[in-house]
Amino acid sequence: MSCAETISGYALRSIGWGERLLPKTDFTLCDHAVLIGSGLIWNLYFAVFALGFGFFFAVLVAVARASDRPALRWPAQAFIFVIRGSPLFIQFFIAYETFVLIPKVAFDINLGFMEITAETRWLTKAWLGALIVLFLNTTAYTAQIFHGALLSVPKGDIEAADSIGMSPYRKFRRVIFPSMLRLAWASYTNEAIFLFHATTLVFFSSFPAWRQKGDALYYASYFADKTFNPFVPYPIIAVYFIIFTLILTAIFGLLNRRLNRHMRNVS
Amino acid sequence: MNYLVKIAGAAALAAAFAATAVSAQTVRMGTEGAYPPYNFINDDGQVDGFEKDVGDELCKRAGLDCVWVTNDWDSIIPNLVSGNYDTIIAGMSITDERDEVIDFTQEYFPPDPSAYVALAGASKDVMNGVVSAQTATIQAAYVASSGATVVEFATPEETVAAVRSGEADAVLADFAYLNPIVEASNGELMIVDQSVMIGGGVGMGIRESDGELKGKMNAAIDSMKADGTLTALIAKWFDGRVVNY
Amino acid sequence: MTNGKHQGFYFSFITVLSLLFVTVPFILALGFAGALARRAQFAPLRWFGLAYTSIVRGVPDIVFFLFALIAMDQGIEYIRHMVLCPEVTDPVRQGNDFIVCAKAKMPLSSAPEWAHKSYAFFQASVAFSVVFGAFAANTLYGALAAVPAAQLETGAAFGMTPRQTFRRIHLPQMWIYALPGLSNLWMIFIKATPLLFLLGIQDIVYWARELGGTKTGIFDYPHADWRLGYFLFLLVFYLFLTWISERIFTRITRRVSRGQATIGGAV
Repeated sequence: MSCAETISGYALRSIGWGERLLPKTDFTLCDHAVLIGSGLIWNLYFAVFALGFGFFFAVLVAVARASDRPALRWPAQAFIFVIRGSPLFIQFFIAYETFVLIPKVAFDINLGFMEITAETRWLTKAWLGALIVLFLNTTAYTAQIFHGALLSVPKGDIEAADSIGMSPYRKFRRVIFPSMLRLAWASYTNEAIFLFHATTLVFFSSFPAWRQKGDALYYASYFADKTFNPFVPYPIIAVYFIIFTLILTAIFGLLNRRLNRHMRNVS
Repeated sequence: MNYLVKIAGAAALAAAFAATAVSAQTVRMGTEGAYPPYNFINDDGQVDGFEKDVGDELCKRAGLDCVWVTNDWDSIIPNLVSGNYDTIIAGMSITDERDEVIDFTQEYFPPDPSAYVALAGASKDVMNGVVSAQTATIQAAYVASSGATVVEFATPEETVAAVRSGEADAVLADFAYLNPIVEASNGELMIVDQSVMIGGGVGMGIRESDGELKGKMNAAIDSMKADGTLTALIAKWFDGRVVNY
Repeated sequence: MTNGKHQGFYFSFITVLSLLFVTVPFILALGFAGALARRAQFAPLRWFGLAYTSIVRGVPDIVFFLFALIAMDQGIEYIRHMVLCPEVTDPVRQGNDFIVCAKAKMPLSSAPEWAHKSYAFFQASVAFSVVFGAFAANTLYGALAAVPAAQLETGAAFGMTPRQTFRRIHLPQMWIYALPGLSNLWMIFIKATPLLFLLGIQDIVYWARELGGTKTGIFDYPHADWRLGYFLFLLVFYLFLTWISERIFTRITRRVSRGQATIGGAV
């Protein structure tokens, strides 16, 4: 099988397109690279959606956590505490065990222009169940980072905003929020990377892989298990992750420069 | 009289010491410790099971000092070739793929059939439905090529749990692993088919460069087969199963 | 509840806790080294710092643990082989096998079991230090850069040497910016311990799985699948650990933010 054939047969194997059976013998470097790369689709999917939704919820939770009102502060605090306080490993396990117990029903959701049927059994599938866990996880960690940054916002900035009579909402949007982001950015970059890497846990520990559709680590360990040589598949997946982490870091670095564009360069 | 016994005892003791001093080669036996009844961690936290008994007896006969080491299944072969232990005795079927990388002794356990297990009352059709198997096992590959929908879990425990929860219609795994679980399930689970032959016999994995150890172990397995010790151990651990060695 | 297996379970708590504490100094040391290297005037040192932080941060810790440990092990044994038995001329790699002379084994294969166990512990600690050191380096680097330039200029204005400015102003000021990130890192570190089983350490999750798994008749105490119970117990343990850590971090934060002109400094 030539490399081009491998690419057409397996590049999208992880989402169910292409050859039905995985290669069984004579694994080439190309097989490794293509299948592991195919699995990366899952990692990126989890990372993009969990981080995307997580960011907005994290801002809300961070603000709630800093609120004067106990009714807002307590739930936020408890949520952050429980999620940050337990290993993702265990969260996956408990979430999966819980999702399995939910009765399997389907219900129709009318979106006005079309009707979709949502099924609770989706929860036991990685694409939804694991995404929910990852989303909750990143929301809590990010909220904590934002909350810490919120407390570090220079007092002078807020006094200045008050003195020119900004409304609380405006003050938040124009003064506190940008400052908070700026201060939190380095840590938030770390969190985004952690979350991206945590996506490798999905099939490794908890959620089952259907029809041999799995993430990059799933395929890497498939090869390691067949060739008994960890020094080929794992470095390949490592290189993939380094590349995508560099891309992630670059994107976050660009955003950071935007956040800091009014600051003098101190470093 | 008493005196003589003491001398004899002392001499025997000295001889025993000399023997261990000569053969003071320590052999590290690698196992998984999570696959009853082949090998598992017993309630005392020690390695136990069929292979513990077999391994200890083999070491005794080969005059080797053995210590037991547990290692995660996924990296059990890389750690053998890297020299972290000297044998793999972990219910490992002799397959061509593995034989390319490591050597095997002769089998000490015959090929074990795999079995499909489903909830009681299920029809044979479940074998073509959603079948759970442990990730990257020969069973998973078998289900994938059988046309059924394979769903892979990280541990054998979860593959059975999936059948109980209805996530999967059936589970495919070694008969020897599933049978006690079915028996302990009070009629909740049943065996649908127990004649699927996938793997080869079970042998001890040894580094290719370690011909000497392989020779010793093969000789010891021969002697255990010859005098019936092995058959007795198999009967003890596998529900009285009769094997002709 | 007191048989050998449970004792293994209890002992694994001690193992995990001691690993956490033993590893922290190394993480901080590597973190500082990495952060300072990235700020160095000397370009190759800067590149080295950047390479270390970006490569190690780019690889998911699971993937790193899956092959780095064997690689490290073989590396050490290879060096020992070269030094200790120069008379052996056989190649170290023979086919798939990696063979060093008996003297070069680390630890010696005749060494008692505790030596093997402690060596595995040491290796795990090194593996964690390398991974989390890179993240700590990033956080510390960001914190050093976040200290307002005016503060440093004040130092210079007082006639301090750059070294004095760094030690007396830059470093103490940095902590307030580094703390949220470092506390997050610590939390993540605690929760990475379930991965210890990949490093050959029997940690609490390993034993929880082992004890909670279905036990058939060959065990003294057969029972059904109790993993959920054990995992919930672990959840409580981790939450407790987090709770303690948070209290300590709050104290430290309050201490270092004393006199800072920020929202949080207004205590």
